[in-house]
Amino acid sequence: MSPTPHEVRRAAVLLGAAVGLVGISFGVVASAAGLSLPMACAMSVFVFTGASQFAAVGVLASGGSSLAAIGSGLLLGTRHIAYGLALHRVLPLDRWRRLLAAQLLIDESTAMATAQPDPRVGTGAFWWTGASVFVCWNAGTAAGAAFGDAIGDPSTYGLDAVFPAAFLALLAPHLRGHPGRVAAALGAAIGLALVPLTPAGVPVVAASAGALLTAILVGRNDAPGASSTAPER
Amino acid sequence: MSWAALGAFAAGSYALKAAGLVVIGRRALPSGVDRVLALLPAALFGALVLISTFELDEALVVDPRVVGLLAAAVAVWRRAGFMVVIVAAATTTAAARAVW
Repeated sequence: MSPTPHEVRRAAVLLGAAVGLVGISFGVVASAAGLSLPMACAMSVFVFTGASQFAAVGVLASGGSSLAAIGSGLLLGTRHIAYGLALHRVLPLDRWRRLLAAQLLIDESTAMATAQPDPRVGTGAFWWTGASVFVCWNAGTAAGAAFGDAIGDPSTYGLDAVFPAAFLALLAPHLRGHPGRVAAALGAAIGLALVPLTPAGVPVVAASAGALLTAILVGRNDAPGASSTAPER
Repeated sequence: MSWAALGAFAAGSYALKAAGLVVIGRRALPSGVDRVLALLPAALFGALVLISTFELDEALVVDPRVVGLLAAAVAVWRRAGFMVVIVAAATTTAAARAVW
């Protein structure tokens, strides 16, 4: 059963709230790394990519240069090229809306949009999730950067487990069909294997090969469960 | 980090986000390409789940985040709502970290 637009909006708002908690941790970490409050806030508004922001601030915190920080942040952001490609069917928009959509193109909005069987529901899911996460992420960053000293280490509250949990919840709809499960397993194996071998960012991008391999190896209808559960949109 | 560096970071991030959307545009794609793109989110998010659980400073580690991921998996399997999944992961990870 596919979710109604109302259920999608509700999920988008809840997802935003959860990401807001991670935004608080980002604010705390950014201020600990020496970023001023305006700078931490500006980064969340204009870069608006949690993983890249954490990577950049992590490099700064460990004494790295600005250039190294930006390099690692951008490398981690290369997966957005793949997201843009994956969203082509969900976002049949005119050029100007596409330019706005690009700023809201993040892990969460891509996952929510591509999880919907109906492309029109997916379009709504993209905008609602992108907007909700944008508001909460920025509010969280400001709060974390302003009150970081009082909050302390975010991992004490288990906030570092929010990302894996959120990604798992967003992955779940893709696991209903056999090809999706194969692609997820291959992507996870490739990504994990490359973590110790390559700079941060490369493993996730390389995981794209899991989709390519699955398309080659797994037949369209010959796999168990593939025809009955209809994983393709 | 200077404001100029921050500006470069923002511009680069935006370019990466816009690239895929702009390159493909509204063109129809061959069915083979379409099939790979449909499987792309599964592969990327499959990788992100495990990397964000086991990666720390470009090395693989096992720490209390594993407990959170297991709790999240149970919650997802029981078809719990999104917020329940997140809160289950955070609270179990925090609890595990207190006794780790």
